[in-house]
Amino acid sequence: MSQRIPVTELENSFRGRASEALADSQLRTNFRTAMDSLMRKRADAFSDPDEREDLRELGNHIKARALSKLPDLLEQLETRLTKNGVKVHWAETTEEANQIVHGIIEAKKGSQVVKGKSMVSEEMEMNDYLAERHIECLESDMGEYIVQLDGEKPSHIIMPAIHKNRHQVARLFHDKLGVEETDDVNELIRIGRRTLRKKFMEADVGVSGVNFAIAETGTLLLVENEGNGRMSTTAPPVHVAVTGIEKVVENLRDVVPLVSLLTRSALGQPITTYVNLISGPRKPDELDGPEEVHLVLLDNGRTRAFADAQMRQTLNCIRCGACMNHCPVYTRVGGHTYGEVYPGPIGKIVTPHMVGLKQVPDHPSASSLCGACGEVCPVKIPIPELLQRLRQENVKSPKEHPKVKDGGAKYSRTERAVWRLWAGLNTSPTIYRLFLWGATRFGKLTPKNVGPWTQNHSAPVPARRSLHDLARDHLGSQGTKGGRS
Amino acid sequence: MSARNNILNRLRTSLAGTEPRPDDFNETLVTEPWQYTPDSRIQRLRALMEAVQTEVHQLPGEQWPAKVQALLESRNLSNVLYAPGTDHGQKLAEHWQAHGARQDLVAYDRPVEAWKEELFWEVDASVTGTVGGIAATGSLVLWPDRHEPRLMSLLPPLHIALLKASEIEDNLYAIMQKQNWSAGLPTNLLLVSGPSKTADIEQVLAYGAHGPKELVVLILEDQ
Repeated sequence: MSQRIPVTELENSFRGRASEALADSQLRTNFRTAMDSLMRKRADAFSDPDEREDLRELGNHIKARALSKLPDLLEQLETRLTKNGVKVHWAETTEEANQIVHGIIEAKKGSQVVKGKSMVSEEMEMNDYLAERHIECLESDMGEYIVQLDGEKPSHIIMPAIHKNRHQVARLFHDKLGVEETDDVNELIRIGRRTLRKKFMEADVGVSGVNFAIAETGTLLLVENEGNGRMSTTAPPVHVAVTGIEKVVENLRDVVPLVSLLTRSALGQPITTYVNLISGPRKPDELDGPEEVHLVLLDNGRTRAFADAQMRQTLNCIRCGACMNHCPVYTRVGGHTYGEVYPGPIGKIVTPHMVGLKQVPDHPSASSLCGACGEVCPVKIPIPELLQRLRQENVKSPKEHPKVKDGGAKYSRTERAVWRLWAGLNTSPTIYRLFLWGATRFGKLTPKNVGPWTQNHSAPVPARRSLHDLARDHLGSQGTKGGRS
Repeated sequence: MSARNNILNRLRTSLAGTEPRPDDFNETLVTEPWQYTPDSRIQRLRALMEAVQTEVHQLPGEQWPAKVQALLESRNLSNVLYAPGTDHGQKLAEHWQAHGARQDLVAYDRPVEAWKEELFWEVDASVTGTVGGIAATGSLVLWPDRHEPRLMSLLPPLHIALLKASEIEDNLYAIMQKQNWSAGLPTNLLLVSGPSKTADIEQVLAYGAHGPKELVVLILEDQ
């Protein structure tokens, strides 16, 4: 792996990781191929642009309506679920959520957990939390399983192992499961199926996420293709669903356009193989299904985002991943570069509310503001607009009372002073001319190293004659020499 | 309960002085693009399901038990899971008895705990009913209950589903309204739109991830 660009930043930062990822041609090929294919599939699935735009508008209205009465809907959801026999828990922090989940497992004296794909459980780092308490928590989505087996984190919210190719998976299975090395994808999936089926059968508790929680009926809706979600929510005696408080919608009918937007935006499928609507635990005369169903509602910064009417729009997100699939930055640097649970454009606007801007100071500026993410978002989150807002919050001084958590992370007095100087310079003709006079004569004195710019460029040196000068010459000579272009 | 109150209080404080947004749900947006004539309805469901490797057969209503037998024969399977408490379960049992079919009929008549190992590893196939189909997305609607439990459509490698032609609706919204789902949902309502699949390795599509490797839909024409 040749390192074309000298890395001067700390390794453990967005910039450092980005430089490394950019130099990894295998990684870039894996992402480019996958994102191109996902973009094509989405475009095919929305072949009628009018239908697409109408549906996005409707999706946006449904989510905005749900958020405009969020506390009432959460209470309604709780009431209905409780009536259906589901136990509802609330957690302000990921620590609290982990304690709740652990408590449920403890009460059952459980030691084995299988988990369907859940990004909220990634927020909680549930696997590690439970492992420290001697509870095995196994990922059952094929992609998540691969990633967990390799001790990694997902690099995409829908396709967790998209950074790996089949040869890398083959090697991993060979090393970790002791199976013969095979590049045949079907065979690799068969190996995963066999290994995990045993786990589904033995598990004491199944954990899942939630795509939509329906307040009207007290129903948890999950979409998936593999069947591992159904397994995790049906086979073990206890099912624990974990979700963010923003996932609630008002009516059952609201999920009709939302599910369509979700599966078409994420995978280009008219619908996923399974749409799983869970409204309660096993009834006394039923023969299968968990005897207990729990729902953990997690805040983790969501109420903070909610407090700001503009930032509240981040809670529209239905986690389809279309923004990252279409992001020129994400496609080049991959999901791990972001260093947090949610990568890509959506990660850049939701993460600051969870962990604070101090932890992700480069997130708001890791964008070219090309606008692709906002254009494809199925619920019309104005991502570029929110990124600009975060850039402002990022450099606010303490006196300006930044509204986002740890706002002002990039505030620098020096930078402020320089800009003030620059503004003064450019608004006063006298000072400007003085500056020009100096710059054209002492240009050689400009420093050779001007920060990140000189990593990839030569340092700028002011020309010996200013544009003003040249223009004056030009205009003065026009009459005698004829127009030069 | 303090976490609950803190969360709700914070949300309420943020909403102070605002009005809830109006409900402007527009049902034409989710119905009009997805309407079909009776013939094209079946055609569309078939086409979409076949595109995701579902085997679809259309046959006169009374012939399905024989078709099930033939499907098992051709795959050389040795047993099939069925729901003895349902109408179609009884029909299947009658056919089996009358025709001396060689495959074992396995009844799902005990709680899963009583025979988990067998259910997970030894059942080859299952036959379940559906409460309808959806043309727009090529989906089956399953309404598991005490007679036809949830795992029946999930564990066996081959799932055979019976779908009445007359119960295929245009779109999800239509079937939801027609069957008045919001008045009462079962423990677990399912939309199934093909055999289990994954594209998690290099986006290469592989069938039989964790659920059935094969889905066969028998569309039953009305008598």
